[in-house]
Amino acid sequence: MKVLIVEDEPKTGDYLKQGLTEAGFVTDLARDGWDGLHLATGGGYDLVILDVMLPGLTGWQVLEGLRHAGLDLPVLFLTARDQVDDRVKGLELGADDYLVKPFAFAELLARVRTLLRRGRTATEPTHLAVADLEIDLLRRRVQRGGRRIDLTAKEFALLEFFVRRRGEVLPRTLIAASVWDMNFDSNTNVVDVAVRRLRAKVDDGFEPKLIQTVRGMGYVLDPAP
Amino acid sequence: MRSFSLTARLTLLFAVCAASVLLGLGWVVARAVDHHFLEMDRHEIEGKLALVRNLLVKADTPQALAVLPRQLNESLVGHPGLMVSVQTADGAIRFATGGGDVPAILENDARLARGRLVSWEEGQRWLRGLRASATIGLRPTPPDTVTIAMDISHHRHFMDAFRRTLGIAMALAALVAAALGWAATRAGLRPLRRLIGLVVSLDANRLGTRLSEKRVPTEIETLVVAFNAMLARLEDSFQRLSQFSSDLAHELRTPVSNLMLQTQVALSGTRDIEHYREALYSNLEEYERMAQMIGDMLFLAQADNGLLKPSSTAVDLTAEIRALFDYFDAWSEERGVTLVLDGAAAVPGDRLMLRRALSNLLSNAIRHTPAGQRVQVQLRADAESVRIHIDNPGVQIPSERLPRLFDRFYRVDSVRSRQDEGAGLGLAIVKSIVTAHGGTVGVTSSALGTRFSIILPRVDEHGGGVDRGGALIGPEGRHYQQDRRQIGRSGQSQARTPTTNRTSLVDSP
Repeated sequence: MKVLIVEDEPKTGDYLKQGLTEAGFVTDLARDGWDGLHLATGGGYDLVILDVMLPGLTGWQVLEGLRHAGLDLPVLFLTARDQVDDRVKGLELGADDYLVKPFAFAELLARVRTLLRRGRTATEPTHLAVADLEIDLLRRRVQRGGRRIDLTAKEFALLEFFVRRRGEVLPRTLIAASVWDMNFDSNTNVVDVAVRRLRAKVDDGFEPKLIQTVRGMGYVLDPAP
Repeated sequence: MRSFSLTARLTLLFAVCAASVLLGLGWVVARAVDHHFLEMDRHEIEGKLALVRNLLVKADTPQALAVLPRQLNESLVGHPGLMVSVQTADGAIRFATGGGDVPAILENDARLARGRLVSWEEGQRWLRGLRASATIGLRPTPPDTVTIAMDISHHRHFMDAFRRTLGIAMALAALVAAALGWAATRAGLRPLRRLIGLVVSLDANRLGTRLSEKRVPTEIETLVVAFNAMLARLEDSFQRLSQFSSDLAHELRTPVSNLMLQTQVALSGTRDIEHYREALYSNLEEYERMAQMIGDMLFLAQADNGLLKPSSTAVDLTAEIRALFDYFDAWSEERGVTLVLDGAAAVPGDRLMLRRALSNLLSNAIRHTPAGQRVQVQLRADAESVRIHIDNPGVQIPSERLPRLFDRFYRVDSVRSRQDEGAGLGLAIVKSIVTAHGGTVGVTSSALGTRFSIILPRVDEHGGGVDRGGALIGPEGRHYQQDRRQIGRSGQSQARTPTTNRTSLVDSP
């Protein structure tokens, strides 16, 4: 997976490149709008991470240039201004998602993976399985090691989200947004409590432990840490 | 246009008033003097007429008639300004003072109507006189015509001089009145100038100064009271603002000093990799807290600058509360707190903002409820507004702290519980959101518990509302689909359901 990062702030650009490279992506870094547009139109990238405030061409102009050239690759833009107009403009110009600085790296990673997964949706599975955990999505039943586990509706949704995104570090805010549709930080440890309860049902008495805490980042469902 | 100064205006008014009064008075005095002269003249002339008539009546013999001119001359001697002529019925002059010196006009003038006192100008002189008939004693002589006139030039001169003196005196008096008026105005406006002096001396550091309400005239008292009230409001806002700045600095200083300390200690010796990792994690927690605080601050700053523009969709509050109950379910259960909803309501507004406000209040309520008790949410709707009450049992909040509860960084417990409650911006955000919706938020607290109440208007101020079908109608009558845009602060809170990205921000046509 090739990702182009267009970011003029030196530290941000370097760390984004390092982080994404370490996460297994092939990355290139452009430090201004002209380079960004030039690379993006000719480089065969799968995704562009685009800063809005750029020297040369602005992020919007790069985006327009891309869409004008008939390139439909996903674009995630980064903005420092938390203005609704900004976001509306970006999405109207054809961006696929955005993040407001400062953002958590795990959040960026999760968004990038979501965007890359999009469009490649195979037929919806009816069953999910990790290690000896099995989820029947149609009948909404969960088994582990052949034993039935009773979950509430939200616990089921949480587990399904974990399993679908297995191996990805999921920040608490992403979990809250995806499972409960709560798009803000409530200053509570609601997600921790919910995950703790799910763990008690899914992991207690079983090996290996599936749900891991990634300190400072969130949670990950990974049978082999 | 700049208006005249009060002093100039009042001085001018004084001068005009004084001048008109003096003018009126002068006119009356001049008239009275003039009239007095007229009466004097009339008295004189009529007296002389009576004398002449008396002499004429007595002349009942031709001899007497013959000596009549001499008799008249004698009796009229010593009246230098007096002119008398007596004409017989056939127009011959029987007698005239001063020989032929009688002015022609005296003999035959149309203006000298019979029996009426008139005055006229002739040559250099002013004259006043009358003409009357007089019976002759000798019968059957027809009555003579007697004309008496006197020179009143000296009266005229006197009146002219008198008028001139009066005019000058009046002008001087008007000037004096204006000067006095100016002085009086200055003196009268002294309280106002003192007030201005005080106001001028005020600056941000002296907002505690109050103008005395006792030593000012009643007319200015209202102004002083209003001004003092304004000062009090300013002082309050200013104090809040400076309190806010220092709180902000303090709130930032704590995590920054933690970061510096941790990093310096970590770098001060050779450590194993685990130690560095620990330091970085610890730093990350501080960064996240700071990022969240910055996001909250930006949200509040937007609200302060009127940039918070809630979208207007039909928000089913019942569903929102249920969703929040669902979200807080595990957390509240762990704390042994039950959540209860009573009533149902819908309101036009920004779903995500309202959800954030309700979430803040609800998490606040759950946090302060003792285990084993319950948090109750009541929804009440009437024709104009919707009321949301969130009640939780718990320790009573002292009443003097209630008004400050919605202030930024304000915490009821002065011991800062940073880990648990965030930066103390939650309730300030609630207030901003509710205010942006045209609503009000309040809090009451008793020994039984605490109640937060939100009152939201059912028809929003943009003119939109909820139609019968529950769909939202915008100000232009456009139907909007629910806006899924974020109201969050930091990147972390911007998480949107990933599967709804592409269509989420577009209005339906």
